[in-house]
Amino acid sequence: MPSLKDLKNRIGSVKNTRKITKAMQMVAAAKLRRAQEAAEAARPYAERMHAVMAGLAGSVKGADNAPRLLGGTGSDKVHLLVVMTAERGLCGGFNANIAKLARQHATKLMTEGKEVKILTVGKKGRDSLRREYGQYFIGHVDFSDVKRMSYDEAQSVARDLLQRFDKDEFDVATIFFSVFQSVISQTPTAKQIIPASYEPEEGEETPSVNYDYEPSETQILADLLPRGIATQIFTALLENAASEQGARMSAMDSATRNAGEMIDKLTIEYNRTRQAAITKELIEIISGAEAL
Amino acid sequence: MADTMQFDLVAPERKLASEGEAVEVMVPGADGDLTVMPGHAPMLTTLRPGRLTLVTRSETHSYAVTGGFAEITPEGVTVLAERSLPAEEFTREVHDKLIAEARRVHEEAHPSVADLTAKLLADMEAMGTHMTL
Repeated sequence: MPSLKDLKNRIGSVKNTRKITKAMQMVAAAKLRRAQEAAEAARPYAERMHAVMAGLAGSVKGADNAPRLLGGTGSDKVHLLVVMTAERGLCGGFNANIAKLARQHATKLMTEGKEVKILTVGKKGRDSLRREYGQYFIGHVDFSDVKRMSYDEAQSVARDLLQRFDKDEFDVATIFFSVFQSVISQTPTAKQIIPASYEPEEGEETPSVNYDYEPSETQILADLLPRGIATQIFTALLENAASEQGARMSAMDSATRNAGEMIDKLTIEYNRTRQAAITKELIEIISGAEAL
Repeated sequence: MADTMQFDLVAPERKLASEGEAVEVMVPGADGDLTVMPGHAPMLTTLRPGRLTLVTRSETHSYAVTGGFAEITPEGVTVLAERSLPAEEFTREVHDKLIAEARRVHEEAHPSVADLTAKLLADMEAMGTHMTL
């Protein structure tokens, strides 16, 4: 039976925890709003890019001289998994879910006899995959000192990927990230970016306009494909940032709630113990008086 | 035929400008500058670093762009620029930084793309004159 003092100390420490989680929740809420705004602001570019690429890709599809980034290397032996997670924890299942999806993919590819390579973006994903897949790691991108995701970060990841692709380090690249649905729901997603697949989104009509191209269609495509990849990575990074904050917000919300419940429970116990101690003292006094 | 068109300038991070009543837009195309007016034939062109000018009925705006591409339809122009800023904010420091970056890229570039990066560097340097620094 814990003493009164012990109980009091515990209530105090849980109260402190609640204060911290509450503060984290509020910070996450503010950051989430900013992340959502950033994702919103980036949408027009990504949409236009997608539409243009879909049109262009459609017109060269099946052609023998299609660029490698679009048509692939002709084999699908080596798969690169780009696992994008957060730099920090305390955000519920956010990192774990992405890592889990990546792990499933890796296992599936390996049973199919493919070679797997892993590039991690974000510390948490690297940490959780290291034990099992450490030997497949080919690199890590550290964004821990990046305050706000900007296009430059996406470009640096894309450049890294393209360089590796040019050196034939892999045939297929897939990115793993979380799509922000709402504060309580983020969906871990796998998306193949190399070779690029530009399927028109549902409900979106493919532009049937016949464009003039300047310089040439193939040159434009060669110029745009790397940009398209950078854009997709950028979108993924922004979605991830919003998801991370959303996940942290709901995780901290429930942590705050749990701390509150715990405080209630401990307070009841504290009062009971106090009451018991008082009763005990009274009995002692009364029986002492009776004995006289 | 309408005498105005839609003009959008979007960067990856945000929409920089949107103007529903553009009269003409001067675009620094990769193969030379071109002026787009309403009813232009649909075309796609990549951009070289340079000045992009938007003329509306009452105003003229200039932007510095460092690359990207423009999608032109009879109804309007959409410019997707990776980096772009209003001409007033394009100062010598910004320009020097861009030149330094282009030079670095050129020096580190693979010989197979040296021509391209040299062109980029030259365009970047010429941009100063375009932007009347």
